[in-house]
Amino acid sequence: MRYAMAIDTKKCVGCTDCVVACQTENNVPIGYARDWIVEVTDGTYPQLELEFRSERCNHCDNAPCVRCCPTGASHIIEGGIVKVEHDKCIGCGACVAACPYDARYVHPEGYVDKCTFCDHRLEQGQDPACVAVCPTKCLYFGDMDDPNSEVSKVVKKRKFKTLIPEAGTEPQLYFLI
Amino acid sequence: MVKSRRDFIKISALGATGVAVGSKYLFAENNQKLKDTPKGPFKLPSDFTRTPTYCEVCFWKCAGWVYKNDKGEVQKIKGNDDDPNSNGRFCPRGTGGVGMYNDSDRLKTPLIRVKDKYGNQTFKEVSWDEALDYIAKKLQGVIDRHGAECIALFTHGSGGKYFGNLVKALGSHNIAAPSYAQCRGPREVGFIATFGDGLNSPEPTDIRDTKCLVLIGSHIGENMHNGQVQEMSDAIDKKATIITVDPRYSTAASKSKYWLPIKPSTDLALLLSWMNVIIEEGLYDKEYVEKYTYGFDQLKEHVKNLTPEWAYGITTIKPDIIRKTAREMGHASPSVIIHPGRHVTWYGDDTQRLRAVAILNALLGSWGRRGGFYIPDKAKVPGVPHPPYPKPTRSWRDAMQGKYELADLALANGVCDATIPDPSLGCSIKAWIINGTNLLTTLPERQKTIEAINNLEFVAVIDTMPMEITGYADVVLPECTYIERYDSLRVTQHREPTIALRMPAVEPKYNTKPAFWMAKELAKRMGKSDYFPFETIEEELDWQLKQVGTSLEEMQRIGVKKLKRPYDDLYFKDGEDVEFNTNTGKIELYATSFEEYGFDPLPKYTPHPEPPEGYYRLIYGRAPMHTFSRTINNPNLSALKDENYVWINPKVAKEWGLENGQEVYLQNQDNVVSSFPIKVRVTERIRWDSVYMVHGFGHGDKKLTRAYGKGASDSELITKVMLDPIMGGTGMRGNFVTFLTSKPVKEEAES
Amino acid sequence: MREELIVSGRSNPMIDPHLEIWEWHIPAYLFLGGLAAGILFFAGLFYIRGKEDKYPTAVRVAPIYVPILLAIGLLFLFLDLKHKLYFWRLYTSFSIESPTSWGAWTLLLVMPLSVIWAALYIQYVFQKWDWKYQWVKDALKFLSGYKREMAWAMVVLAIVLGVYTGILLSAFNARPLWNTSILGPLFLTSGLSTGAAFIVLLSKDKAERHYVGMIDLMLIAIEIALIIHMFMGFKASTRVQIEAADMFLGGQFTATFWVFVFSMGLVIPALLEILESKGKKVPFYIAPSLVIFGGILFRFIMVHAGQLSRWLY
Ligand SMILES: Nc1nc2c(c(=O)[nH]1)N[C@H]1C(S)=C(S)[C@@H](COP(=O)(O)OP(=O)(O)OC[C@H]3O[C@@H](n4cnc5c(=O)[nH]c(N)nc54)[C@H](O)[C@@H]3O)O[C@H]1N2
Ligand SMILES: Nc1nc2c(c(=O)[nH]1)N[C@H]1C(S)=C(S)[C@@H](COP(=O)(O)OP(=O)(O)OC[C@H]3O[C@@H](n4cnc5c(=O)[nH]c(N)nc54)[C@H](O)[C@@H]3O)O[C@H]1N2
Ligand code: SF4
Ligand code: SF4
Ligand code: SF4
Ligand code: SF4
Ligand code: SF4
Ligand SMILES: [Mo]
Repeated sequence: MRYAMAIDTKKCVGCTDCVVACQTENNVPIGYARDWIVEVTDGTYPQLELEFRSERCNHCDNAPCVRCCPTGASHIIEGGIVKVEHDKCIGCGACVAACPYDARYVHPEGYVDKCTFCDHRLEQGQDPACVAVCPTKCLYFGDMDDPNSEVSKVVKKRKFKTLIPEAGTEPQLYFLI
Repeated sequence: MVKSRRDFIKISALGATGVAVGSKYLFAENNQKLKDTPKGPFKLPSDFTRTPTYCEVCFWKCAGWVYKNDKGEVQKIKGNDDDPNSNGRFCPRGTGGVGMYNDSDRLKTPLIRVKDKYGNQTFKEVSWDEALDYIAKKLQGVIDRHGAECIALFTHGSGGKYFGNLVKALGSHNIAAPSYAQCRGPREVGFIATFGDGLNSPEPTDIRDTKCLVLIGSHIGENMHNGQVQEMSDAIDKKATIITVDPRYSTAASKSKYWLPIKPSTDLALLLSWMNVIIEEGLYDKEYVEKYTYGFDQLKEHVKNLTPEWAYGITTIKPDIIRKTAREMGHASPSVIIHPGRHVTWYGDDTQRLRAVAILNALLGSWGRRGGFYIPDKAKVPGVPHPPYPKPTRSWRDAMQGKYELADLALANGVCDATIPDPSLGCSIKAWIINGTNLLTTLPERQKTIEAINNLEFVAVIDTMPMEITGYADVVLPECTYIERYDSLRVTQHREPTIALRMPAVEPKYNTKPAFWMAKELAKRMGKSDYFPFETIEEELDWQLKQVGTSLEEMQRIGVKKLKRPYDDLYFKDGEDVEFNTNTGKIELYATSFEEYGFDPLPKYTPHPEPPEGYYRLIYGRAPMHTFSRTINNPNLSALKDENYVWINPKVAKEWGLENGQEVYLQNQDNVVSSFPIKVRVTERIRWDSVYMVHGFGHGDKKLTRAYGKGASDSELITKVMLDPIMGGTGMRGNFVTFLTSKPVKEEAES
Repeated sequence: MREELIVSGRSNPMIDPHLEIWEWHIPAYLFLGGLAAGILFFAGLFYIRGKEDKYPTAVRVAPIYVPILLAIGLLFLFLDLKHKLYFWRLYTSFSIESPTSWGAWTLLLVMPLSVIWAALYIQYVFQKWDWKYQWVKDALKFLSGYKREMAWAMVVLAIVLGVYTGILLSAFNARPLWNTSILGPLFLTSGLSTGAAFIVLLSKDKAERHYVGMIDLMLIAIEIALIIHMFMGFKASTRVQIEAADMFLGGQFTATFWVFVFSMGLVIPALLEILESKGKKVPFYIAPSLVIFGGILFRFIMVHAGQLSRWLY
């Protein structure tokens, strides 16, 4: 099993609902964020293009954050989900520096925290909170190893890009373009 | 009567001790309340981990669930899957609604304006009894001296139903909402004149099945009216053509096949030229036009010379693009929507612009057709029985001197005008009850609003937050948030009729109360108890629900009840005979009702003033994570965006030497300067003759700890209004601003 | 015009608007680690080569400072941890790919070694020093039989430690400025150089000063070569690395780096040492002081600038 997310930038309106939903679902303290929205405008008026990307941890297949963690707090669970075990984390910041996407943050209590793909919801057969709330239904989530999953299908059908593939992290967020 | 000027009461008036004492005392009361609550036949919030609600953060009224954590604290809000307004997905504001409940800046206890020993006006914390007795006495005084007609209610929100009932029971029909003459009024009037029906809310636009969606200003995606956003996304999935007309590269524009960066204020010319092409090229739905419409020949004649070439000179949109887009619409007909928008009070000729939108839809045969406008249905829930309301002998309309007869609802600005004494009036309005509307940021021409307030004998404000408007109140009543209360049932139109319940998830925080209770208590004190026949709101709701075959008990469990549409009439059937609610019984391309009242029966383009040298047109809109001024202080939502920016085209920025992130003050054509600086956003996404900002920011009340002084207020710069002659709407986009790079020397302390 | 914005107000402390997860603690720690490595390296090396008497400062005196330097460094490291109470977790696992883990374990070995070495020589500096307990004396006596083994261990561990101070950064592919394998040798060289400078500062013997000074001169030459090589490498690499290098080649760190680190911390001390070797009268402490100063600043700049450099997407 290999969980992954596809984000349809053609449908995303950058509303930030996924960000608030994550916050209330996962008790992310106010002033911190596990996911965020990037807006990119290209061109000169009136020849313009706009892209919205809902970003979060890429749950990289080749995760530098896990490799550099001295305690094993950063680890990978079933389905390739990269997680942090709070009680093992010493807050050294190595993983934060190691993530090219700045996807991690230091929780005010000291440990490092990040997107979990809402594994607690997955266990109950629910989609991640951000996916479930998105009003434009532009987030697709599922098992990339299953060719019939929504995410596999949409990634197969559409043109996509991943972020900084050059960094070699093998990210598992697919941005449909 | 002596009129006493109401000083805007600033934070300093409410000393720290006051707040601390207040909250201690309310805890006592709260605990007591919990114990007192009778178990009765109805379940209590504490009996549920998930309670139904409908969202109060905007007026799309999505139904959902409030979830509590294992400590019984409010954790999150989610959509109800059975709700057609939300389809189980709230928008960011609704999801962040928890912040409204958690905001520690909330109003906590009733307040009465008093003079302290130095003669300064200040607020005193009082008990509910004291506050309500005081209001009852003051209102009775106004009734005794001037008549009940001199009371007015401004309301925007659910509690309006109960305060409305009270005010009508007292004998006044001066009940106005800013969602009419500052929002969708011209649209309703324009569509009623054409189709005999308005659009109401949620708009019956069949976006999910459309082949071509035309957005004129309507900035769906930033305007987060939930169902529309969802359906626009479905339409994108289905490869519908989207055409967006907007001087700004809006989010919707970026999703569009065609973006028409129109010169602001010239949309009517574009609409007329589209009609020209559609008629000249025979792209209209001939059968439909023949069967259902009235006045096609007049229209054809009217637009004969209004060619794309003509419009090009006015709108700056190339003729070729006008033709191409007209053809796209024609080819998609009747599954095409020329979206009516919602906030349409722009340039004063808005009713006529919306008439043009309606006509275009009629030509393309989209009204009553799949992928166009469906015929909505609404549950028929009987109102609570009560004695007939007394008939008022006067109303705010008397102050209008026969104007705006076509307005189907009260004008908030009209009520304001009727408050400012005029010798021709028998009596100007003397008391305002303001529920859930921050009039200072909502109405344009702030000076006029303040003038009206200063002519009042009494002002009561019901709000949840210490918003600007509370600073002008004689009494402030703190309402609990929608998460902590029952309210009237949500009965809104949609493809299927539904009913939704809002019930409290938790007991009210602080010393706050719901509107039902306040209105009923006031009614008791003013001898109008007959109009509130039920002792508790639970009983009232249960009675109403039982009339439609459900009950409070069931609704507490399911939240949303879908009813069956009695007839299969979502769309017109092929060749069906339809009688429209107009003078001619037809869709009036030529509006006979307008003719009757002396207005142009066919829309005409008139040019509007353009910004003078060095000035830019001030246009404004929504940010997806905020609703007007009400969410700016919400902790969850302010974390997403805590200030607005003034969008400036790079060319303009260069000319002025302005840089990204630099703070400027804005000064308008009447030399009004923004109270606070605003940061510059240099962006290609805006024309060079205009600047853009998100409405709702620039709060001036220090009690709003997160919102105070963040960004600038568009409202205070809208001092020029272009009044709609047909229905009295306040066109607000005729204001021009220039940049001041440093803080201007203070002229007036208070403005 | 291209406009790229985070529009959801993200402002994670220490991460937005740019990475600042490591403030002064880490560069100070890296400096102290490098310095300690340098000192231990020369102590071990000279001992093995039987130069204990010829270079007593290097072998006997300077190492006494090492436990202190390391302790301060570890304290800084500890202070930098955001979840301090879980510090011990460092020693419940060893993660082979984690430089932090390597560092933690290396220090665990270096620390006692340096303490023993210092203890063995403490009486050389403080003649009146008395180990109160007999068992300490016995233990030291026993250990003094293994000085040669310890010296070897010191040399090896010093190299590991020195390289580690560089690898700690260069392991981060995510930060283009750090993403170069030169950082290991560069930080090692710089650590050795500051170690040598430290010895020169302490030494009262002209010959020793001269000899170690010449070693330092050589190390500086290597360091300069490595730095130039590093920038050439960046310039020949990807866009993000070119941008990273540009922070030093015209960007915000240009003056600080080239004036203070490169000129004052490397070139000038090298020139002074050359002058000195030609018999010119230069106060002996200027060159090594500059080297140490340059070494500190170099680490601060590299840690700070590295956090500013990022992949763009
Ligand atoms: N997030 C969020 N969503 C909301 C609300 C909210 O507060 N927050 N409020 C809700 C309410 S009550 C309403 S009424 C609606 C309002 O939402 P809409 O009906 O979509 O409002 P508009 O005023 O059309 O939207 C502003 C857009 O008009 C463009 N514009 C300005 N001048 C002109 C012009 O001359 N011509 C044209 N063609 N375009 C122009 C602006 O650039 C901007 O993109 O939003 C609703 N949705
Ligand atoms: N300049 C400018 N003016 C505008 C607009 C604009 O875009 N620009 N938009 C116009 C439009 S489209 C509309 S619809 C109107 C909207 O106008 P309003 O609805 O008046 O907008 P808000 O400023 O959000 O004011 C809402 C008030 O209700 C209070 N409130 C929130 N929840 C509750 C509650 O549960 N109970 C009670 N009692 N009070 C509550 C809030 O604290 C706040 O004081 O504004 C119009 N005016
Ligand atoms: S909720 Fe969906 S549409 Fe909104 S920003 Fe997130 S991904 Fe985009
Ligand atoms: S995105 Fe960052 S935090 Fe997430 S797995 Fe990849 S490197 Fe680790
Ligand atoms: S901060 Fe925590 S999770 Fe990250 S590398 Fe250090 S110990 Fe591991
Ligand atoms: S998957 Fe869960 S944790 Fe990750 S961003 Fe979405 S809501 Fe947050
Ligand atoms: S659209 Fe958003 S804010 Fe409005 S009612 Fe629905 S969820 Fe609430
Ligand atoms: Mo509105």
